[in-house]
Amino acid sequence: MKNFRFMAVLVALVALFSCNNNSEKNTGAAETAKVKKAEGDAIPEMSIYNLPSHWTTQNGEEIELKDLQGKVVVMVMIYTTCKAACPRLVADMRNIEKQVPEEKKDNVQYVFVSIDPETDTPERLKAFSKENEMEDDKWLFLRGTEEDTREFAAVLAVNYKQISPMDFSHSNIISVFDQNGEMVHQQEGLGVDNKETVQAIIDLAK
Amino acid sequence: MKFYNTAFFIAFSLLFCGVTAQNDKMALVKGGVYLPLYGAENKTVKVDPFLMDVYPVTNSDYLKFVEENPQWKKSQVKPLFADKSYLTNWKNDETFQGLPDAPVTNVSWFAAKKYCECQGKRLPTMDEWEFAAMANEEVQDARKIEAYNQFILNWYETPKTFKNPIGETFKNYWGIYDLHGLVWEWTLDFNSVLISGESRKDVDKDSNLFCGSAAIGASDLMNYAAFMRYAFRGSMKARYSSQNLGFRCAKDVEN
Repeated sequence: MKNFRFMAVLVALVALFSCNNNSEKNTGAAETAKVKKAEGDAIPEMSIYNLPSHWTTQNGEEIELKDLQGKVVVMVMIYTTCKAACPRLVADMRNIEKQVPEEKKDNVQYVFVSIDPETDTPERLKAFSKENEMEDDKWLFLRGTEEDTREFAAVLAVNYKQISPMDFSHSNIISVFDQNGEMVHQQEGLGVDNKETVQAIIDLAK
Repeated sequence: MKFYNTAFFIAFSLLFCGVTAQNDKMALVKGGVYLPLYGAENKTVKVDPFLMDVYPVTNSDYLKFVEENPQWKKSQVKPLFADKSYLTNWKNDETFQGLPDAPVTNVSWFAAKKYCECQGKRLPTMDEWEFAAMANEEVQDARKIEAYNQFILNWYETPKTFKNPIGETFKNYWGIYDLHGLVWEWTLDFNSVLISGESRKDVDKDSNLFCGSAAIGASDLMNYAAFMRYAFRGSMKARYSSQNLGFRCAKDVEN
């Protein structure tokens, strides 16, 4: 029995680290089913919740993207030392949030993902959330590994490049995801008309 | 710490991935400083020494990978990770068309990245790729040599080179083949190119490059050849695939 438990842990580890992440090849059918079940209901194929990446929040908690499942997610990539575009993006997010009707507010999660994980420690993100008066639970600040960040940006089609130790050049895209993590809408640019974005959120949020 | 993480990661990758590449020959690129086409103004970039595959990944290499990692088979790949043109020329999950030693193309960035991880490698960064690719047969930086640029531009005009086998173009200074003349290649940070989107304000510069209003000298040709690559990368998304876009892997030098 003990052995079995050990095996189960091992299998879970394998699933975590394996390139064959979702493969049924290396694990027995039973174990695979177990892992799948643990992951909850089927995630749609275009869902960002298929990404295996791990993130740390401004409160130092470890999360996976799929922990956000069930809420409408509005996401933007920024970095906290940013002087130019990011304050605008933060303002844009705040602006969008304001326009969502009160009864739907609880169903929407606003997520800022750092493109500068080296600088943006959880402490830094926490301070940033305070500075911007975004301490409510609906504001989530995430930091991942450099690689997961690069991959996530690739999914959002956000391009970024470090141009100096302090500065990044990046695309300004706000993305809206439905409850299953499928992208529904993207808004590109700074301070642009956010009517469609807000509408997309309202349509999705129950 | 970083080293241990890497080692740990590689050990795990190797344990659970198919690792038997047919052409896993790598060449050492000693690194150095270079001035990329794009970036902060006149700011040189330092490239650390790294290892790079001598050849791009071939059809038969890739077949092996999908056999060992079925979730990357044409019929099973998640659309989040590859669009419809993924392996579009393959007759089915395990039958490619064309030469076994032609470069695999129509692979997404996610697929290429995973392939390399499963070899205990990674995709080269754009700076690494550009650094390695500025060499001709004799020198590390041939970008001002007319013949070098002409070779690239002639290739851009030659159709369907992706059908050719690997290793038939020149062997460069570092011992690497096919960086030019065969297929375009994915880089790890292809999405650090900001030609589209907010850098559209650079458009003037770009159109100058395009139109070549001034006399075309070696450096214009050089910029043009590189500009095409950057523009192409800037237009790609990670799940896109294209028939003239392949990849090769790279690796840190372990001390």
